[in-house]
Amino acid sequence: MKNNKTARGYLVNTLVIAAAFILFQMLTGIFGGEGDFKLVLVPSLWQCCYLILLAASLNLVLGFLGQLSLGHCGFMAIGAYTAALISLACERAGVFTDKAGLVYILIIFGCIIAAGLLAAVTGLLVGIPALRLKGDYLAIITLGFGMIIVNVINNLPFCGQDGLSQGSAAASLYKTGLGFGSKAKVTYLWIALVVTIVCLTLMFMFVRSKYGRAIRAIKDDEIAASASGINVSSYKVLTFTYSAFFAGVAGALYACANSSLSTSSFAFTNAGILNSTFVVVMVVLGGMGSLTGSIVAAVIMFFVNYQIANGSWVAALPPLINGIFKYPMLVYAVVLVIVIIFRPRGIFGTYEFSLVRLPEDIKKARARRAAAKAERKEAASHG
Amino acid sequence: MAENKVPVLETKKLGINFGGLKAVSDFNIQIYEGELRGLIGPNGAGKTTVFNMLTGVYEPTEGTVLLNGVPLNGKKTHQFVAAGIARTFQNIRLFGQMSVIENVKVAFTKDVKYNLLDASLRTKKFWKAEREMTDKAMELLSIFGLEDAADLPASSLPYGRQRKLEIARALATDMKVLLLDEPAAGMNPTETAELLECINTIRNRFGIAILLIEHDMSLVMNVCERIKVIDYGITIADGLPEEIASNPRVIAAYLGE
Ligand SMILES: Nc1ncnc2c1ncn2[C@@H]1O[C@H](COP(=O)(O)OP(=O)(O)OP(=O)(O)O)[C@@H](O)[C@H]1O
Ligand SMILES: [Mg+2]
Repeated sequence: MKNNKTARGYLVNTLVIAAAFILFQMLTGIFGGEGDFKLVLVPSLWQCCYLILLAASLNLVLGFLGQLSLGHCGFMAIGAYTAALISLACERAGVFTDKAGLVYILIIFGCIIAAGLLAAVTGLLVGIPALRLKGDYLAIITLGFGMIIVNVINNLPFCGQDGLSQGSAAASLYKTGLGFGSKAKVTYLWIALVVTIVCLTLMFMFVRSKYGRAIRAIKDDEIAASASGINVSSYKVLTFTYSAFFAGVAGALYACANSSLSTSSFAFTNAGILNSTFVVVMVVLGGMGSLTGSIVAAVIMFFVNYQIANGSWVAALPPLINGIFKYPMLVYAVVLVIVIIFRPRGIFGTYEFSLVRLPEDIKKARARRAAAKAERKEAASHG
Repeated sequence: MAENKVPVLETKKLGINFGGLKAVSDFNIQIYEGELRGLIGPNGAGKTTVFNMLTGVYEPTEGTVLLNGVPLNGKKTHQFVAAGIARTFQNIRLFGQMSVIENVKVAFTKDVKYNLLDASLRTKKFWKAEREMTDKAMELLSIFGLEDAADLPASSLPYGRQRKLEIARALATDMKVLLLDEPAAGMNPTETAELLECINTIRNRFGIAILLIEHDMSLVMNVCERIKVIDYGITIADGLPEEIASNPRVIAAYLGE
């Protein structure tokens, strides 16, 4: 019976995703990929895609495994540069000349996979020594590794101090490689969506298998986990590597969605949306141990970030309040504090949203609320 | 007769120092298949420390642990488990946020054959392994009367049932030797009686060796074939329950001279 339910769940999810996908393609047809659709909605979706992947993949380490890693954007940087450089090399070698055709699409996918793999290898190399440490020490060392990665990229001759964006030759070449202009972003949006959905599916499958059970056990109690036969250090390294893989993929999507790359956008000091603390904020906001929570949180934080940067109401605020929006990190900090006060376990906690279980869950939540209310009433009448 | 066989678990001159403190020294024990041994001693005698050395949590400063004659020096805890030694903890250590059945399934992990690719693609192998795991876990839970609680979070169970779940989880590792650290601590007499029944069921069903630490004397005297007594890390007696009960050194250690 349980198996039937699982099968039904897979079916429902697949259908819903397919329907959403078709609907979106139809919308593209209606709007013709022009105007706000092209300039606002599509770039936003690209950004959401890599933010979702970033948050969900960090959640594997932070939420499920319970290890604080502050270097996640380092892996993203590796992914972004790998994808950009490979596409650049292909373009120089004349594998493709215009950004269209099957070969080009294959190259994009190749770049994305290569980005993930190189990030994963780096994750493995960083994880083996770093994961011997715990808690604050692990946080510090991963923070350090994140910075080292960014600095190494900075000093590689073919990446350049100024990144791939400057030194006009590099910039134009990169643009002819993977970096999409706003038009190509519309054309290839489906790639971002497909990659995100596939990666999320892989993460769900990971979490809902012996691997997920093992790492949640490690989070709860390492000694008990090893006394239950779990090889704690190898599961830690595996999860870290797996998580780095998806961060690398997110980086590749980032490289697609931007026509310039610069390491400063992945640096810890970056005040924008892409720094490792920001990713931690997303994970905590969504709920440590809930992938669906990470998805929701990534979209919310994208929206907050977008409003800070572009919202006309922000400019209309009195200067005294307006000032805070000049420091986005402050706003994120406020968001985080509010969440911690009202929902200490994040929006979702460890709950996973599920279409199939939704009616059941709503019923349960109602029953709980009713019970709590009755209890309060009783307490009041006794008091 | 049993003396001709290789003991399942054997220690030779096992000892450990913490700084200057000799917590355990010259600890020798031989446990054979199907045997139930008791390990008793006053508070701080070093009983839990022995368990920690038998499971690789502490590395002994001297001596060896042998399982079926194979030394386990320098191995990590999960390797001790893989070799066949499972334990419970004096202070219950469950995976509190996970469900009861998941707690048991975690202990199957080391024996599950599917890999990451199987899990990602949800292959037949994956489903088969998961189904078998669920069945085996339910079977284990039913021994302890926990099947009705399978989907509840482990931390929501009452104390006595948590202890049982911990034993069920240890059994799931498919061990040859089971180490129980004060399983009856904090239990009321009914619960203790139930536990006793469980221990007997386990022995009859799995034919494993059990080493039991317990403060509840009636429990120890009732079920254990042989009892070892330590005090300040030193073995002061080893024998049948009747011998132990009348041993002057044991009585002195317990009453405190
Ligand atoms: N990690 C450690 N570091 C230092 N001393 C330790 C350590 N672990 C145990 N000890 C000491 O070793 C001695 C034996 O402790 P142990 O916990 O084995 O006693 P026990 O027989 O299990 O007692 P109880 O009946 O209270 O559980 C104690 O003096 C304890 O303080
Ligand atoms: Mg003890």
